[in-house]
Amino acid sequence: MDETVAEFIRRTVLKIPRDEIKMMLQKWGFLSEVQLQTVNFHQIKDNISQEVVQLCEENSADIKQAAALDIIYNHSYQNKRMWSVYQMKKSGEELEYFDITDFKKKFKRRLQSALKNVTITFKEYEENAIWIRVAWGTPYKKPNQYKPSYVVYHSQTPYVFISASVLKSNMPLLCQALIVASNYHEIREMELRSHSLNSLKDIVFKRYSQNFPTYTTKPLQEVNVEPENADIRIVHENRSEKERIHRLNQEVFGSGPQPKLEFAQYRLETMFKSDPKLDVLDKKEPFRCLVKFSSPHLLESLKSLAPAGMADAPLSPLLTCIPHKARNYFKIREKKGLFPESFVSP
Amino acid sequence: HLATSLPLPSEREHLRPRIDLVVFMIDIKTKYSLKNVETSLARVDASFFLGKVCFLVTGVGRVNACSIETNAICKLGESYCSPVLFCELELEGIRVATAQRLLRMLQICAGHIPGVSALSFVSLMRNSDYD
Repeated sequence: MDETVAEFIRRTVLKIPRDEIKMMLQKWGFLSEVQLQTVNFHQIKDNISQEVVQLCEENSADIKQAAALDIIYNHSYQNKRMWSVYQMKKSGEELEYFDITDFKKKFKRRLQSALKNVTITFKEYEENAIWIRVAWGTPYKKPNQYKPSYVVYHSQTPYVFISASVLKSNMPLLCQALIVASNYHEIREMELRSHSLNSLKDIVFKRYSQNFPTYTTKPLQEVNVEPENADIRIVHENRSEKERIHRLNQEVFGSGPQPKLEFAQYRLETMFKSDPKLDVLDKKEPFRCLVKFSSPHLLESLKSLAPAGMADAPLSPLLTCIPHKARNYFKIREKKGLFPESFVSP
Repeated sequence: HLATSLPLPSEREHLRPRIDLVVFMIDIKTKYSLKNVETSLARVDASFFLGKVCFLVTGVGRVNACSIETNAICKLGESYCSPVLFCELELEGIRVATAQRLLRMLQICAGHIPGVSALSFVSLMRNSDYD
């Protein structure tokens, strides 16, 4: 077995938390149950990984199997990576039957014709999700297994989720291979990024709870905002205001859990408006400014701003449009014309 | 009666009993809280400041999260001639003790304690501050 393969497997096993190593090796399926029984999974990880490498040596593991283990690890810990969303477009309306073998063949062929030193691994998961792992090399160097790119493609949709490696120069090639393999015409990067892959899927597949406007002829029931077991001796003076905020929040955010995003970024290219007498940059040139909101769970925190009394309801549409517009990166420019308000560029 | 700010909404005017004590709660972790209280103070009738107003500062247990200086709050208490209480709501012992203190103050302000008026009580508290 190749030295580099052994080292790669050893390091991959070390990444896995001790309690999960056995389960992941079982999922991998490369080592038999008998072999796994011989490993003591209660010792320190260093020793566990050494034993695993020994067994892989016995089975003559090659880079293909090692890459498969890496996919399994990254699928389990997908939220450790930062994912971007790409949308593909077809030129015509042709409804083509998706053939996975054909896809894989075309993808491999396209990449390998441009770059001989690549390691390409595929794995299929539920909901028609195809995971692709690509380790990149150069014409003179073998692929770097420690900085792979990951692609998740749901074959029934035009969306691709990519977790690029640091080697960004390979992106155009990767995108090209994707559209060729999937019979699409073009691909563009959406302004949507997050660590939570499932949340990105929720947003673009529209799986989160959206609120649809309902028109009722009778007035809506008064919403009871306080929990049932609240002390009846406590009187909330601002109850109607609280209920108004709750209702507005429901209308904007819906009643279900929000997709998980970590930040929203707004790049302002608007004019700084100040008192002309102060002579501070007033309308002379755009005031370049970047506003970034970060949070462990941005949308839930935005949802709780008004009920917590931290912001007025309704919230700015710039914040609330994030899931509907499927983006968390915005460029705000001056609107040219009679009414110089800012507007959001596509 | 709990309210987020003053003035109180007019729609509940007829349901409101006589107000004996106004406690302004300031969360030491948010500057916004102090600002809100300062704005609301302007809406209080002057007669309340004769012993029927008190400031309750919460969140003092989390020293690292303080956004407001205690000096500023003490100055506020002085300028409005009203006592300032400090407490930490997350600790049950302190929460209960503070509630008992407030209840005692309320009893005095409502005139339930013979021989002690709201005004005499507050001047008692003020003298002890200067010791």
